[in-house]
Amino acid sequence: MIEKKKINWIYKKIFTIRFFEERIKKIAKEKTVPGYLHTCIGSEAICVGVMAALNQDDWISSTYRNHGHAIAKGCELNEITSEIYGRKTGICKGRGGSMHISDFSKGMLGSFGIVAAGPAVVLGAALQEKINKSNKTCVSFFGDGAIHNGAFHEAAGLAKLWDIPMIFVCENNGYAEATATDWHLNTKELSDITKAYDMLSYIGDGNNVFEVYDITKKAINEAKQKNTPIFLEFKNYRFSGQYEGDTQLYQPQEEIDKAKQNDPIKLAKENSSKYGLNKNDLEKIINEAREEVDKAFDFADTQPWPQPEDALEEVYVNYPVEINR
Amino acid sequence: MTIKTVKDAINDALVQSFEEDKNVILMGEDIAGGKGREQYQGTQDAWGGPFGVTQGLYTKFGGERVRDTTIAEAGFFGAAIGAAMTGLRPIVELMYVDFAGVCFDQMMNQAAKVRYMFGGKQKVPMVVRTVVGAGFRAGSEHSQTLYSLYTHIPGLKVVAPYDAYDAKGLLLSSIKDDDPVIFMEHKRLYMTSCEVPDDLKPIPLGKGRIRREGSDVTIIAIQRMNLFAEEAADELKKINISCEIVDPRTYSPLDEELIFQSVKKTGKVIVVDESNPKCSLASEISSLISEKCFSDLKAAVIKITAPHTPVPFSPPMEDFYIPSTKKIIDAVKKLKDV
Repeated sequence: MIEKKKINWIYKKIFTIRFFEERIKKIAKEKTVPGYLHTCIGSEAICVGVMAALNQDDWISSTYRNHGHAIAKGCELNEITSEIYGRKTGICKGRGGSMHISDFSKGMLGSFGIVAAGPAVVLGAALQEKINKSNKTCVSFFGDGAIHNGAFHEAAGLAKLWDIPMIFVCENNGYAEATATDWHLNTKELSDITKAYDMLSYIGDGNNVFEVYDITKKAINEAKQKNTPIFLEFKNYRFSGQYEGDTQLYQPQEEIDKAKQNDPIKLAKENSSKYGLNKNDLEKIINEAREEVDKAFDFADTQPWPQPEDALEEVYVNYPVEINR
Repeated sequence: MTIKTVKDAINDALVQSFEEDKNVILMGEDIAGGKGREQYQGTQDAWGGPFGVTQGLYTKFGGERVRDTTIAEAGFFGAAIGAAMTGLRPIVELMYVDFAGVCFDQMMNQAAKVRYMFGGKQKVPMVVRTVVGAGFRAGSEHSQTLYSLYTHIPGLKVVAPYDAYDAKGLLLSSIKDDDPVIFMEHKRLYMTSCEVPDDLKPIPLGKGRIRREGSDVTIIAIQRMNLFAEEAADELKKINISCEIVDPRTYSPLDEELIFQSVKKTGKVIVVDESNPKCSLASEISSLISEKCFSDLKAAVIKITAPHTPVPFSPPMEDFYIPSTKKIIDAVKKLKDV
């Protein structure tokens, strides 16, 4: 039985992410947003379901498709939006942009633009937890495309060999950039690749936020109990293109239509009464989420640009030679 | 005062750092060695890395802090970054700098950038210890220096000590430093020795050293090239040519002021770098001097470097590849006549 507060939180976050992404897509299309945008429409249940099983100070890594993770991990919406707009008050002071939304104080080790960079970094955080006999949960998010990358395999191998209880969360959204997952996999199931490491793995419906939450929570307990890494594969569908502006010609319409029947937002709405939310409750949450998103975009619009010379700050903690001004 | 080899001085600095700070850990391939056979009375801590530099650390500090890894540099370099961000001070060993390619992403795109691109909230206090240099008949894939590869990347610091004194003092600093540091150890210098005080204080990064004062010509020597510079200066002294030898010791940050002061004094400069010449430390230092000290120069800066080739294996070819004492002497004589 999930407590009422958590259910409300889950619903609030899942709608916030969807509204946020819809809004930024619209702005990108109608006006312009600097740089690359990778939205996560279709991934909301994975972002929220996993994060519902974590504490605020648990460690995660994300990727260039990070808006949902950042929102679910508790990053400030105003700061996220300002960052995407390149403003001084952005979450990374305008030095990161959409691909690198990350707040260390919220347990985010980083949102990496390089595919499969995250798992090894999270392995290190988990190693630190182990050495310091601390107990924070460590989760790395990555996509199905990352499972072919050597850095993922090296991290997986070391995690198992060193008995590190970290959680690998693979979001199998059907596409690695513009390449279909069923084409790029060599194994029947994606998670079969963990067999080489004798690693426990579980597959779940990435469209069902409560299933994601449930599997993740159990996996965290099991990983800590058995001192072992666990690999979770959540299957969903990437309604967004690889990036905003992607023509998505490679995604057949019938495939999209079929996936829409399992849209995580649709499922969440259908399940709401099962979790004790009546129509009014749901509407209230939806309105609040929409309002917060609106406010964040209004906020970002008013924020100042960084000074050009701000580019020279914080390359190092300490560098005794002046960086060329 | 004790006479120490570079190898022992580095080991001393590691031991001291492990004792001073429980957050210091070491990860690398066979940094202990012998893992997996200890139950049959095989010797764990059998190697201490291929050059024996980390020998004894496993025995002293245990396997939790001294971790033999699989041959998976991307994996354990990435882990060092995550561990550093969350409170440890990891030291990772890149067995040869020539293996930089298999984990360059971790250094270039993660270690160097997380502080900057995530808004200055994180720091990555990690050290990469790596082995560089030709002269070991080790062939093209185990002999490079690649100083400039890392020096090029903002966010990384690069240190390359010549003698045991600097090796210890600079490694102590590197481990205490809050930024990622690439600490380059030259394989041909490990067994060279000099006096190292037992209570040597950390040497700040970004401070070069005048290895020998002189008035006629400035020789800026990078790491092992200090050896040839000293030999050349000894020879040249016999014919009354006075050479000043500048050892920058750290390349990012670089002690530009120390270099410029010497250039102002002599007006004649030779830069000696074991690396390939294009986009090298030699070309960088030469360009800085041309830009900042043009009016002090009495002649164009001379660069003595390896040729633009991989490091060859066969002794006559490898010896030809490495800059030599003779090349320095010839260059100094040429400049003297200007």
